[in-house]
Amino acid sequence: MVTTTRTLEISPDDVVVSRAPWTRRLLAFFRRESLGTFGLVLMLAMTATGLSAELIAPYNPTANDFGAMMDAPSWAHPLGTDQFGRDLLSRIIYGARTALIVGLSSALVGGVVGLILGVGSAYFGGRTDLILQRVFDVLMAFPLIIMALAVVAIFGTGVQNVIIAITIPLIPRCARVVRASALAIREVPYVDAARALGYGHTRIILFHMVPNVMAPFLIMVTAFVGQAVLAEASLSYLGLGVQEPVPAWGLMLQGGAEEYAATAPWIAIFPGVAIVLSVLGVNLFGDALRDTLDPKLRHR
Amino acid sequence: METMAISRLGINALVAGVLALGAPTAMAETPKRGGILTYMIPADGGPSLDGHRETTFAVVHATAPFYSVLIRVNPENPSSTTDFVCDLCTEMPTPTDNGLTYTFKIRKGVKFHDGSPLTAQDVAASWNKIVYPKPGVASARENNFVMVDTITAPDDETVVIKLKYATLSFLPGLADPFAYIYSKKKLDEDMHWYEKNIMGSGPFKLVDYQIGQSIKGERNPDYYHPGQPYLDGFVAIFAPKQAVRTDAIRADRAALEFRSLPPSAREQLVKELGDKISVQESDWNCGNVVTPNHKRKPFDDVRVRKALFLAIDQWKGAQALSKIAIVKTVGGIVFPGSPLAATKEELQQMAGYWPDVEKSRAEARRLLKEAGQENLTFELLNRNVDQPYKIIGTWLIDEWSKVGIKATQKVVPTGPWFDGMRSGEFDVALEANCQNVVNPIADVGRWLPHAVYRENYGFFDDPEEVEIYDKMLKETDISKARILMRQYETRINDQAHQLMVTYWYRIVPMQSYVKGWKISPSHYLNQDLANIWLDK
Amino acid sequence: MYRYIFKRVLLVIPTLLGAAALVFVLMRLVPGDVCVVRLGSSGGTFDPKAIAQCHAELGIDRPVVIQFIDFVWAFLRLDFGTSMWSGAPVTTEIWARLPISLEIAILATVIAIAIAIPLGALSAVKQNTWIDILVRVFAVGGIATPSFWLGIVSLLIVLNFTSAVFGTPWMPPIEYVPIWQDPIRNLAMAFLPAVTVGYRYAAVSMRMTRSAMLEVMQEDYIRTARAKGLINKLIINRHALKNALLPVVTLIGIEFAFLIGGLVVTEQVFNLNGVGRLFVQAVQNQDYTLSQALVMLTVTVFVVCNFFVDLLYAWLDPRIRFS
Repeated sequence: MVTTTRTLEISPDDVVVSRAPWTRRLLAFFRRESLGTFGLVLMLAMTATGLSAELIAPYNPTANDFGAMMDAPSWAHPLGTDQFGRDLLSRIIYGARTALIVGLSSALVGGVVGLILGVGSAYFGGRTDLILQRVFDVLMAFPLIIMALAVVAIFGTGVQNVIIAITIPLIPRCARVVRASALAIREVPYVDAARALGYGHTRIILFHMVPNVMAPFLIMVTAFVGQAVLAEASLSYLGLGVQEPVPAWGLMLQGGAEEYAATAPWIAIFPGVAIVLSVLGVNLFGDALRDTLDPKLRHR
Repeated sequence: METMAISRLGINALVAGVLALGAPTAMAETPKRGGILTYMIPADGGPSLDGHRETTFAVVHATAPFYSVLIRVNPENPSSTTDFVCDLCTEMPTPTDNGLTYTFKIRKGVKFHDGSPLTAQDVAASWNKIVYPKPGVASARENNFVMVDTITAPDDETVVIKLKYATLSFLPGLADPFAYIYSKKKLDEDMHWYEKNIMGSGPFKLVDYQIGQSIKGERNPDYYHPGQPYLDGFVAIFAPKQAVRTDAIRADRAALEFRSLPPSAREQLVKELGDKISVQESDWNCGNVVTPNHKRKPFDDVRVRKALFLAIDQWKGAQALSKIAIVKTVGGIVFPGSPLAATKEELQQMAGYWPDVEKSRAEARRLLKEAGQENLTFELLNRNVDQPYKIIGTWLIDEWSKVGIKATQKVVPTGPWFDGMRSGEFDVALEANCQNVVNPIADVGRWLPHAVYRENYGFFDDPEEVEIYDKMLKETDISKARILMRQYETRINDQAHQLMVTYWYRIVPMQSYVKGWKISPSHYLNQDLANIWLDK
Repeated sequence: MYRYIFKRVLLVIPTLLGAAALVFVLMRLVPGDVCVVRLGSSGGTFDPKAIAQCHAELGIDRPVVIQFIDFVWAFLRLDFGTSMWSGAPVTTEIWARLPISLEIAILATVIAIAIAIPLGALSAVKQNTWIDILVRVFAVGGIATPSFWLGIVSLLIVLNFTSAVFGTPWMPPIEYVPIWQDPIRNLAMAFLPAVTVGYRYAAVSMRMTRSAMLEVMQEDYIRTARAKGLINKLIINRHALKNALLPVVTLIGIEFAFLIGGLVVTEQVFNLNGVGRLFVQAVQNQDYTLSQALVMLTVTVFVVCNFFVDLLYAWLDPRIRFS
């Protein structure tokens, strides 16, 4: 009998968890999470609407039509018109684009920066961690709307500044959660092994730590999209967000909506419904995502 | 849709016409005594309680019931621009000395709310505080009284005001609703006392003041106008949110607000409450002003500025906007309807008022091309208030787009709005021009160049304009003053310095049991509530 | 344990200082000049002499570092200065508006807890049934609905409903009276805003209760109890809920501090003279002292809430308690 021995060459890159093919997992997800799928459908609808706004909107969203001010829903204007005679349906469609831009930008930028800071903080530990933690503490002690208010008051209103205003409070929130997960991974021996092998910090962070905090990160980002859309709506309601004549749902709820709520309720109702549906979709999907990705809740 | 809207407006106009301005003989009922009037103040409350120092209507609406003034616009005829009557004086004096000296006799037996007597000394002291404030004391309307030389009280019943030169703008200025008469004793103790305290001789005494919430008053039994005030008291609630105010009137949580509600609120209230609501309407001595920054290219070029004005269709725009905003009448720099104002024909000669809008816009495009600015893009600095600022801003941008100008709005809160204008950091600004008593010659002072009138943010120079104004200020013959006013206005428009866009329009719906109050062109006037009574 | 508490107390200080610095810087970065806003409101006139005077009065012409040191020192002495807009002491301004905000915050909390815990627990126990789905949608709805929109719509509904049913429209009072003076009127005013703010609060707590319960119900000791044959209801009430409550209480504590965010917008809708509305005004008027004080108040409440929650954890977690 001949015994052959082979040394198994394991490198840190090989440490991987085996999974079923992603298509099958996706189908299982849809079956199990009915609400989450519904949420995903809403999200996709919103995204599609926003992306194809030029194609599907019947009117120009900023064209005033003083002959058709505050018209009730009719064949010509399925959702009615606002106080300037602008078609509500078109404004809501273009509003989806603004919501997408604001929501996705804030969520992604806030999330990514938070991810880097959180993982970096966990990875480097020590003094860096301590200082970053204090900074996050301070930033998180401010309610989101108050922080956003201050930023807008300084930099002014408008889409870009609203995005900055909403992104800043999101960063520490993401960093916190990501750091908690990253701390656990840092203890895993293969990180030390990687260091011993001479892999640089960046590589370890990007290829080892980040993929393993993807679950909480993705969950946070989906939650952020919802929060960002709501924050934009609140800022616009206070008059400090996106400005006329840009079509944005929150802006549509300000001024005109309240003023004409009794005589032309459609101006107040439809943009609100749009916000609720979008944020609902995002949150339902995020919930389902968390239920799937969070190992503690996986066995039910 | 449109016909329905128009006929609804028609009915409203009829209702309004029956009840509205300038008809002092319409009320033949006898006022009933008693009751508490609850009204709302559409603001968060002014910084201080001192009328001399503040400029916001919120202070007047909250504190005017507690004070007396020397002379005022006739509360029974407040839309008149010439009917001034005495409050504390006994009769309106005829100026002597070639119009340089005014001698007022003060009523006897007037008492402050703390029991101390009010004499000419108090009147003189209060007016000296307004015209010649001591260092450290702010007086917001100091500039209106540059013609005043001295104010003295030779005895306890006489006040003598001497002017440096005779002018038509003095008497209207004296009827300033902010010119409360304070107690000399209190002023001597502490010049700032009235900033945080209320003690006057007006129809109501202070009961309670809750910061940011409400202010309450009760009848002053020693009030010197016989029979008044009819009300037992009043409650004024600070309510900056418009939807809340409309709902509050609807549910009779408050009877009215004294500033203005937009047309939609009027429609809603009339539709729901029918004859339980009465509406008073009036042109307003306020308007928006388009001010290009002359220090910024390309607005240093008169052709570009003129093109901006020519692109705007004020006539049609005002008509359409009057359905959704508190605007209505197109006018020039003088309050429409006053003797010095431009007639429609005179207006239509000026840029921004041409009756043929196609011609006007063609001319605008031609001027832009000549100046090499066909693709003009800029930012309009606007204030973060819906009615009517943001609505006008949105409308203007649409109008400008019709001649190829691509403008965007930069909407900021009040602070940065002022700041942007003062520092000259803007392209074109949408300003507000609100005056209180209709005082045309003083009112048009704000169109003077920055060097003369610091709050003109056009940042231009125009010595010819200043010359015309100086002549007009010292002109005592009204027909000659009118000719000079036409010259003044035409000069401003020729040079395209600034443009007045749509005068505002006051719409005051109220519970119909509120009687006695008459609307005027200024929301600062007629707020002491002495002639209001409740029919219930 | 005392070491832990001491360390936590020590941490509070740099957080508050950092927040103070941030607030100070932010307020000063805001463009605009409180004196200008104060002296010239709607096309009124003001003169540079008066403005310079105003600056000197308020001390904003001194070097920035001095102003900051002044600010921190005064804060430590609990002297919050005077509002730059009105000249009244900041404590007076805030004190006048605290009652209504506090009342709504407390009412909202009560409503939230009353709804969230039973519904959350129910949803967890009846997991994946239609009850669960209904509760979950209800909860997510609370997170998705902008509170001001809910406020606007609810006011509309109340007005139209009372108008249709009773002939005259009814709306909550717009003038505040303290609860001991006229409890019915006071509650009539506070009820609708409390529900509007509380809905979101309840939604978040409901979700947390549900997931905490789900986690606890997986635990071995629950399975053991079931195996032993204990009645389900007993298990839930006695064991599961009690242990699930810890993260829920934590969340409620933390979210309470965030209520002020919801108040800022809700007080606008219902015209409430509260701290949230005061904050918006202060920012719009560039009133540094008032804005600073308000933000510091919010931050302090948050930090203190967190601190107490940490203490609670320390006490409940035997590893820390007995160290």
